[in-house]
Amino acid sequence: MAVAVTALPATAQTRLLNVSYDPTRELYRDYNAAFISHWKAKTGQTVVVQQSHGGSGAQARAVIDGLEADIVTLALEADIDAIAEKSGKLPANWKSRLPNNSSPYTSTIVFLVRKGNPKAIKDWDDLVKPGVAVITPNPKTSGGARWNVLAALAWARTKHGGDEAKATDFLRQLFANVPVLDTGARGSTTTFVQRGIGDVLLAWENEAFLALNELGPDKFEIVVPTISITAEPPVALVDDNARKRKTTEVAQAYLEYLYSADGQRIAAKHYYRPSKPELANPDDLKRFGTLKLATIADFGGWQAAQPKYFGDGGLFDQIYRAK
Amino acid sequence: MTVADSSSWKRPSVIPGFGMTFGFAMAYLSLIVLIPLGALVVRSASLGWDEYWRLALDPRTLAALRTSFGASLIAAVINAVFGLILAWVLVRYRFPGKRLIDSMIDLPFALPTAVAGISLSALYAPNGWFGALLEPLGITIAYRPAGIVVALVFVGLPFVVRTVQPVLADLDRELEEAAATLGAQRAQTIWRVILPPLVPAILTGFALALARAIGEYGSVIFIAGNIPFVSEIAPLLIVIRLEEFNYAAATAVASMMLAISFTMLLAINLIQAWSRRRFGHAV
Repeated sequence: MAVAVTALPATAQTRLLNVSYDPTRELYRDYNAAFISHWKAKTGQTVVVQQSHGGSGAQARAVIDGLEADIVTLALEADIDAIAEKSGKLPANWKSRLPNNSSPYTSTIVFLVRKGNPKAIKDWDDLVKPGVAVITPNPKTSGGARWNVLAALAWARTKHGGDEAKATDFLRQLFANVPVLDTGARGSTTTFVQRGIGDVLLAWENEAFLALNELGPDKFEIVVPTISITAEPPVALVDDNARKRKTTEVAQAYLEYLYSADGQRIAAKHYYRPSKPELANPDDLKRFGTLKLATIADFGGWQAAQPKYFGDGGLFDQIYRAK
Repeated sequence: MTVADSSSWKRPSVIPGFGMTFGFAMAYLSLIVLIPLGALVVRSASLGWDEYWRLALDPRTLAALRTSFGASLIAAVINAVFGLILAWVLVRYRFPGKRLIDSMIDLPFALPTAVAGISLSALYAPNGWFGALLEPLGITIAYRPAGIVVALVFVGLPFVVRTVQPVLADLDRELEEAAATLGAQRAQTIWRVILPPLVPAILTGFALALARAIGEYGSVIFIAGNIPFVSEIAPLLIVIRLEEFNYAAATAVASMMLAISFTMLLAINLIQAWSRRRFGHAV
């Protein structure tokens, strides 16, 4: 897949490989075009950006196992942490190298319901009512689904005044209402949208908007809960790979340009919440609902949250203990 | 699949070159099968016994193994019965479109299993063509363990048909006619004349369908629902362990599957060898 590149600037084509997760296809298609012309104007060099999309965890594993990504743009900090830890191809402090925890754009978790909202779903406590079927991917196989779980927990903690046992119980009730656990976010969207299973889909805001655009607002609507979480999909340079492929400079520029006016505008256009909203198109920003947002820091950061909630024997495993 | 004929070992043969071909066969088998499987065993051995058994006998692992092997057994039995009938129809009758149907049997071999899984779940989902008909009767297939069986029946079908078909075609019709003239009833003819020589072939087909079903992933995850302790298959649990970057735990589950599958296939082989001796028919 990777192609060797000569070191001569401006004469040869430089190839960048951006290994990303599933729902960023449309975003990076736009962004790559913008970056290529920006880089051409700035340095005269022609860059070709190759994209690889898949489940965030599987993509991280591919990089660990030798996929020569110059850049990773994944759904979870924990996935990039795993690359740093298992392969040593980037330093453990990668997150502090770019602004905003290395997340140039964020998103949040919202509900997608069927038109007219027949089950009258307004907030998280409506999801545990009897007879309400909730669709979410499996947090074990889907990075996105881990944000779903934490968003639900953030609400339950506020509701129960920080009582962890009650919050866990809420989560147990919530997952008792889940009839299908798909392995990835797109699979869950298909189950909800095409197969007609479930009353509510827990989805990233940008995915919910995409589904609405694809399928028409006459079929579905977005419900914004009172509390959710700021989902921070981080980006990072994979130092060793970039050094080997002699792309460090352009790869770094690729990441920094995400924070430019162009990058922020494109992110907002694709329904991601820009980290510098003042640079984005105000019309794009108007589409986002207002809600209270917890952050991963409220859960002690991913280093602590990952094993506690999603590791072997963690909270999620306890929910599905044998009855 | 057959038990090696031990009499050919080291006895001078009229055909030379056994040493070389045996060496090639072993080298090839090692590269393709034994070394990867050996790596699996080595990797799980790195866990240490206590940790290995904790992971291998974890209730969730056992539930997943039960789901995988249970559904695979049911699917293989269904395939053995209906595969036999299908092979019978294709061998014994002539009808328009027979060649077409005959070649369609192999489609599950060629089709990417994920495509099969998506199509099956589209058909059997409550709003799908079949699902919509079954739903009013209170039968739900998709996103339940039943869905797993449906997917496994689909991927395993060709194995039984393709192993039984040639044996059935070779079967002497005169035997049946002789049975009839000697006063046998139809059921007796089927039970005592037709079925015995088919048993080894049916068993081979059953074993192949079973083996395929146990390892099946792509077609199942779309239709199973994947709920832990209910409809989670062992291969999915392996993928989940990999998603946790827990390679050792993944190989622990894999090695359990390997051990159980190997034992089952060995047992089937022994039954096959026995039935061949008993009925004196080769596959």
